[in-house]
Amino acid sequence: MSDQSKKKIVREIKVDLDKCIGCRACEVACSGFHASPKYSSFNPSRSRIRVVQDLVNDVYVPLRAGEYTAAECTGRQTFKIHGKQYSECNFCPASCPSRELFKEPDSGLPLKCDMCADEKMPMCVEVCRPGALTYEEREEERADEEPALGEVETGLKSLVHKYGAQKVMDTIARLSQND
Amino acid sequence: MRYAETGFNLEVDLSQGSVKRVPTDPKLTELHLGGQGTAARILWDRVPPETDPLSPDNLLIFSTGLLHGTPVPGANRTSVSTFSPLTGLYVNSLMGGWFGPELKFAGYDKIIISGEAPGLVYLYINNDRVEIRDASHLQGKGCQETATLLQKELKEPKLQVAAIGLAGENRVFQATIEHANSSASRHGVGAVMGAKRLKAIAVRGTKDVYVARAAELWKTCRGKYQEIYDNKNCGDPMAHDHNESFHVDNFAWGNARTRRKDYWNKEREEQWVGLWKEVRSRDSGCYNCPKDCHYTISYPGRHTYFLKCFNKLTYSMAAFEEIDFNYNILGLTSAYGMDGFSTPQVLAFAVELYEAGILTNEDLPDFPADGAARFFYLLDKVVRREGIGDVLADGVYRAARRIGKGAEEYDHNTTKKVEQVPLKLGVVNYPFFLMYCTGEKMNITQIEGSFPQAPIADPEKRRKFVENWSAAPERFKKWLLEWEPRKHMPIEASVNVCDWNEAMHYVDDAIGTCAWLSSFRGQFGGSPPYHLFNLPEIIALAAGIELDSDGLLEVSRRNRNLVRALNIRRGLRRDVEKPPEDHWKIRDPEMEQKHLDAYYEFKGWTNDGVPTRETLDRLKLEFVSEEFIRRGILTAGGGEETAAERA
Repeated sequence: MSDQSKKKIVREIKVDLDKCIGCRACEVACSGFHASPKYSSFNPSRSRIRVVQDLVNDVYVPLRAGEYTAAECTGRQTFKIHGKQYSECNFCPASCPSRELFKEPDSGLPLKCDMCADEKMPMCVEVCRPGALTYEEREEERADEEPALGEVETGLKSLVHKYGAQKVMDTIARLSQND
Repeated sequence: MRYAETGFNLEVDLSQGSVKRVPTDPKLTELHLGGQGTAARILWDRVPPETDPLSPDNLLIFSTGLLHGTPVPGANRTSVSTFSPLTGLYVNSLMGGWFGPELKFAGYDKIIISGEAPGLVYLYINNDRVEIRDASHLQGKGCQETATLLQKELKEPKLQVAAIGLAGENRVFQATIEHANSSASRHGVGAVMGAKRLKAIAVRGTKDVYVARAAELWKTCRGKYQEIYDNKNCGDPMAHDHNESFHVDNFAWGNARTRRKDYWNKEREEQWVGLWKEVRSRDSGCYNCPKDCHYTISYPGRHTYFLKCFNKLTYSMAAFEEIDFNYNILGLTSAYGMDGFSTPQVLAFAVELYEAGILTNEDLPDFPADGAARFFYLLDKVVRREGIGDVLADGVYRAARRIGKGAEEYDHNTTKKVEQVPLKLGVVNYPFFLMYCTGEKMNITQIEGSFPQAPIADPEKRRKFVENWSAAPERFKKWLLEWEPRKHMPIEASVNVCDWNEAMHYVDDAIGTCAWLSSFRGQFGGSPPYHLFNLPEIIALAAGIELDSDGLLEVSRRNRNLVRALNIRRGLRRDVEKPPEDHWKIRDPEMEQKHLDAYYEFKGWTNDGVPTRETLDRLKLEFVSEEFIRRGILTAGGGEETAAERA
């Protein structure tokens, strides 16, 4: 394995739950930014950031849309933080079959945050004046992205164990043809 | 393409059980902009003046403002317009939160509710799907609990709910409509909803709202978030200030009677802050506004509720109790859905009547001895309309007359049957005299607001204020500069101040912007984020309606005169246009009437306060003048004595 490392810019939205006032300006700005033409229409349900909000139980979580997932989690975890109950879904960014969040209202297609790539900072952060959302760019050292053979081997072994060597080989052969 | 608005109203007939999506006329938007402006027009067209506010024929209208759903920060106040059982006149009660924008995203500018359901129901709106559903399982439930139950039942965590509690169900005239952190509280709108047997409206919307000039509008709005956040003169500065001396030392305690000038001190402040830290769990805002004017209160044994503004003090002050009592009783009144301005006064009025021997142990069996217990006792009677509670639930003015035996003497703080802010002052202030007399809201905080309440004593500070006062038309700068302490402004100035103050509220109430960012907030610091000179452009960019400041003022005047006309048609005249007798200790009846004459003249009204044909026609309200003539309110030849002629 190579000991070379690469530098990568990580763009990060930091969330301070205590500072969120539930105004949902983040949703307004996001839905406008992604409208076509830009800012010609507004619709929080198209936003790629949503405030998961339960006024009575004082749950305010601005949550950014992440990857699409085809299947929901098996089971759930709940967390008690300073006496308040949160479901793991409160913090999960996935566009997932278990909930309406992060799906285009018309088509149901998944929405995903793109960090407003052509802006200095994501628009949700810019309009969040109470400071619940802040933005940071930082450089991170990343190990060279040479395939970690050890891990591949472990993965394959588990597949062979589960499905048998022949099935795994057939699949790899088929995948290579598709490529 | 309609910009900013959806172009559709939702008509709900609860007697028939029918719902209809009805396109609206864009010309009416140009004339009235939206909000209460277009609501007043619907009430004019469809509710005859003899209609009993609690009858099925009254309409209950929930209006979004024109700018709801656009990115304009702070456009989130929903208007509830109807006729009030308390006053018998028009009422426009406002609530913040998220309801109006959500309704627009569901595809509607208004919900117009008529009729009366055979049993308790709620209205479920999910975009095009609209259902009237049985609400018998919600009967007697608290407002906040109702919202939570509906969110669970409909599996819609993002559902926005406006609900009544027990007070509305029982048609108590102090009943509110509660929504999230806000409530529409004035003049018994909750009782009208209760009379229609509508427990709640639950809205979910996922449609787009379009704006006319996208890039320019966003550019303007983008800067507003920071500007509003930084502006210390807007929002509710008192929400974050622990020095309560302004209210507790200056406003009157009990039944608007006693001023306790030295009530506030350091020790008390420490105690109050200590308790506040225990019960307050979060500062919260409304849709798309960076200000956090509301806070969440979790008081032991009470359902979580939301608090704002003067409500924090009104019950304590009315009952002569400490702050703990206020947090405690608000837990109940928020669940019941009761107005924090009028309810404490009704209860304090009853306590006074008991102490005067007008109400007796027969009326109030087992009446407790201490202030807090007495309030809880009376509240329970009022919310259930039980025994004497049934009388008190009609408000101080009506209760006093029903009780008789001299009770009328204790009704000293109402105007047009509405309990006023408990404030008793020295020398009459003419702009305020006019606002108390003529304001169609009958609630001073929703009439005052653009021009400072009192002269600025320090000439240097005065000059500075005026220098930075971009919200004010030039003539007001001159009048403020020349306004010396302990002097009255010229009559012309007082009339103009009253007119400008109310005009800005009529703007807010049409476009849906919060008064704390505009019409109420100019008087403190003179730098409201929204005003006569920047709103026309914002409206043009959002809605594609070209306006300048004069044009915006004309819409405001049109709406103001239409609201006036609704009340005139229901019998309002000059004889009831007066402030509470003892609001000021030192009065000057002759001068006061001169001001009222001048105000009517300025408005183009007759000497009796009726808009003249000329005024109405100029404002394109010919349909009003025609009906006034048909009803004999005005004569075809315009022979009424105008205020100008009388003067």
